[in-house]
Amino acid sequence: MQTTSWVPLFPEQASTFAWQVDALYFYLIAVSIAFTVPIVAAIVFFALKYRETEKFATPEEMHGSMVLETVWSIIPFVISMTIFLGGAIIFFNQYTPPDDAMEIYVVGKQWMWKIQHQTGQREINELHVPVGRKVKLTMTTEDVIHDFDIPAFRTKADVVPGRYTYLWFEATKTGKYHLFCAEYCGLNHSGMIGSVIVMEQRDFDNWLSGTVSGQTPVEAGKDLFENKLGCASCHAGGQGQRGAVLEGIVGKDVKLVGGTSLTRDDQYLRNSILNPSAQVVEGYQPIMPTFKGQVTEEQLNSLVAYIKSLSPNAATGAATAPATNSAAPMAANTNSAPKPAAPAGNSNK
Amino acid sequence: MQTHDAISAGNASDPKPNYLTNGSTLKSWLLTKDHKRIAIMYLISVSVFFFAGGLYAATIRLELLTPGSDLVETATYNRVFTQHGILMIFFFLIPSIPAILGNFLLPLMIGAKDLALPKVNLLSLYIYWIAGVLVLFALMQGGVDTGWTFYAPYSTTFSNSYVMLVGLGIFINGFSSILTGLNFIVTIHTMRAPGMTWFRLPLFVWAHYATSLVMILGTPVVAITVLLLAIERLAKVGIFDPSIGGDPILFQHLFWFYSHPAVYIMILPGMGVVSELISNFARKKIFGYEFIAFSSIAIAVFGFLVWGHHLFVSGQSMYAGMVFSFLTMVVAVPSAIKMFNWTATLYKGSISFDTPMLYAMGFMGLFLIGGLTGLFLGAMGLTVHLTETYFVVAHFHYVMVGGQVIAYLGGIHYWWPKMTGRMYSEFWGKISAMLVFVGFNLTFFPQFILGYQGMPRRYAAYPEEMQVLNIFSTAGASVLGIGLLMPAVYLAHSLVFGKKAGDNPYMHPGLEWRTSSPPPTENFEKMPHVTWEAYEFGEESGLDLEEARKRDLATVA
Repeated sequence: MQTTSWVPLFPEQASTFAWQVDALYFYLIAVSIAFTVPIVAAIVFFALKYRETEKFATPEEMHGSMVLETVWSIIPFVISMTIFLGGAIIFFNQYTPPDDAMEIYVVGKQWMWKIQHQTGQREINELHVPVGRKVKLTMTTEDVIHDFDIPAFRTKADVVPGRYTYLWFEATKTGKYHLFCAEYCGLNHSGMIGSVIVMEQRDFDNWLSGTVSGQTPVEAGKDLFENKLGCASCHAGGQGQRGAVLEGIVGKDVKLVGGTSLTRDDQYLRNSILNPSAQVVEGYQPIMPTFKGQVTEEQLNSLVAYIKSLSPNAATGAATAPATNSAAPMAANTNSAPKPAAPAGNSNK
Repeated sequence: MQTHDAISAGNASDPKPNYLTNGSTLKSWLLTKDHKRIAIMYLISVSVFFFAGGLYAATIRLELLTPGSDLVETATYNRVFTQHGILMIFFFLIPSIPAILGNFLLPLMIGAKDLALPKVNLLSLYIYWIAGVLVLFALMQGGVDTGWTFYAPYSTTFSNSYVMLVGLGIFINGFSSILTGLNFIVTIHTMRAPGMTWFRLPLFVWAHYATSLVMILGTPVVAITVLLLAIERLAKVGIFDPSIGGDPILFQHLFWFYSHPAVYIMILPGMGVVSELISNFARKKIFGYEFIAFSSIAIAVFGFLVWGHHLFVSGQSMYAGMVFSFLTMVVAVPSAIKMFNWTATLYKGSISFDTPMLYAMGFMGLFLIGGLTGLFLGAMGLTVHLTETYFVVAHFHYVMVGGQVIAYLGGIHYWWPKMTGRMYSEFWGKISAMLVFVGFNLTFFPQFILGYQGMPRRYAAYPEEMQVLNIFSTAGASVLGIGLLMPAVYLAHSLVFGKKAGDNPYMHPGLEWRTSSPPPTENFEKMPHVTWEAYEFGEESGLDLEEARKRDLATVA
């Protein structure tokens, strides 16, 4: 939305990726010019110098040249490899979220973006983030594929139904930037737009405390877990409970019935709620009922957030509040009572 | 071009029957087995679809003149760009050069009487017609709004448009491609005239061989994909929709496993045409014949291994993405080889700038930009920013329109005298070639800049600061539209008023120029016996250049 760049018609650079992507872009433009100018010059030169002087002439024959063919195969190959490497390295950065990022949940829906912060703030089609802080978006969608695209940050990722995808960035400049849905999603696709608002940390803190509403994802998840969905009856019974132990499991490898093993991450937790019998941990029976159709995407996010909070040592995001079971007062019925401001564990340090 | 009356003077007194005059009833056309008549019927049908697709393109550009969604409703706009893509890709670009020029010229170029399977050839035309009518019917019923890519689960569960009917049309149309490809491969293997060895084949034939391989290996996959989509939509079996147990990314893998190679179905024949044009109008043996021939095959093979570069941001594994990115870079090399060889062919040639050559040179410039911007999109870190923006739109239009359509127009002009026996107006031909070139660049170059600014594709409305470049683009599209309509007028005019072309107006050595124009139904009066290499412009090729030059001088005087 701002155009203060020294290159005309150039998008704002507002994240740590921007200069990397732009550098690769200019390198490719340089490569393109280095190929285009000599080729076009040669074509024009030949076209003028060797234009027809006599009808139906028979110019001297030439069959080709092994040396030339080799040279002009190897040079483009080598250059293309430099492009590949540059692209792969930047991509690796763009698609490897750091462990210490602040996590925010995003749910796409025809045709809006629903966003929830760890402290409970919800917003629609606007994403407020602090400058100079790593932010990781955990994203899914209620319906079709969308794509969370922030051109000023030079990054985007598809948001796919049935799974979590991630996007991370570190904003470098305060301001208001375009947020687009970049994957065609039906009728009002071009209306599924919004803004990313990058603020100074203290403004962000004010914003956070000024618009507190509802529960944090962890609190909401705890409520669902203990009261609304009744997960606790099998999963929080202590010794001898029927369901799997959930404390301290996230991020750890586990062996499944059938011999395969995996790391228990967000995706695993999500799958285990929606389709429990698909990935049963060795030693358990497939007795858990499916919760597919009974929980919304946002409730799922909250449940996952709560279960992750039971594994306080797992590196799953600095802002994930460790709401341990010992927080006895919070275990009271929280259905309707408005919560006070987020507890200390949730605020930004 | 004044030579042609003189050359054809001998023929004029005694008009030999040719493929056009051999039967004039509707039945003689509809039940013909003559590859040339089938090609003409393809030419007419494909042109209808090109025109319809062009009307959709005009609607898109007019809507995007202003940032708001104002000319048509958003729902209409979504249908318009979807149908533009479907008509242009499946019913214009894919059949354009193979089904029209390939059909007409392959047998002539290899010295055969017809394709190996003439009835199958007619069948593939009928399949194309059935599919085309079905799709046009679906469009009149209300059309489809999924984008030409039909991504699930939008297409399977959410879209309330005629997905199944259009899908059925594309499914049926695929068999037309498969049969054409099969026919070409059999023909090239079995029908070559004596002396027409593999390495004496014109590069147009090599390009069609590579294209045919992709057609018969790739097209079944799109048929399978559409079938799976139908099963999910009708029987609610979870294949792609995650809410019933499917995987939406699977659809993208299957779709691009066909649709990326299909890009090469759309560009390889264009490369074949351009190889002919450049060599012939420079009167120079093509530089590095074997390298151009095998680079076509290399593109066809590697083209099957790069589909994942459409899925970099889709949730595909990062390491899979890296493999696809690497292979994408590799596939750039054979295209670069072609580019260098075409340029080198011009060196020390005797270059004339007839309309087809203008198109060929336009192709070189535009394909160069189209190919290089493909590298931008193959570089993963950059394509995260560029994918799904107008940069992609600009890139594939540079390849598809700047490449294939320009080559197709060049080819139609080049072989027009052979197909119809008449010369078109060189003056209007050149004007239109230049309008197309200028209009095309003005339309699509601004879209690269728009794409880098972040303008997403398939948007009916866009932020206001992006309007200026969109106005340039729409202005360019108007010029392009005029440039593309002009040939329809002067080519039609030439059918009646054009000068007689004569058998070999350009004195080019290809076998297609060694029969009358238009050729007789059986192509050659006697079986040609090839004793010369490809692109042999000297006396060894058996052309009487001295005589042609004398006639030329006589007509000028």
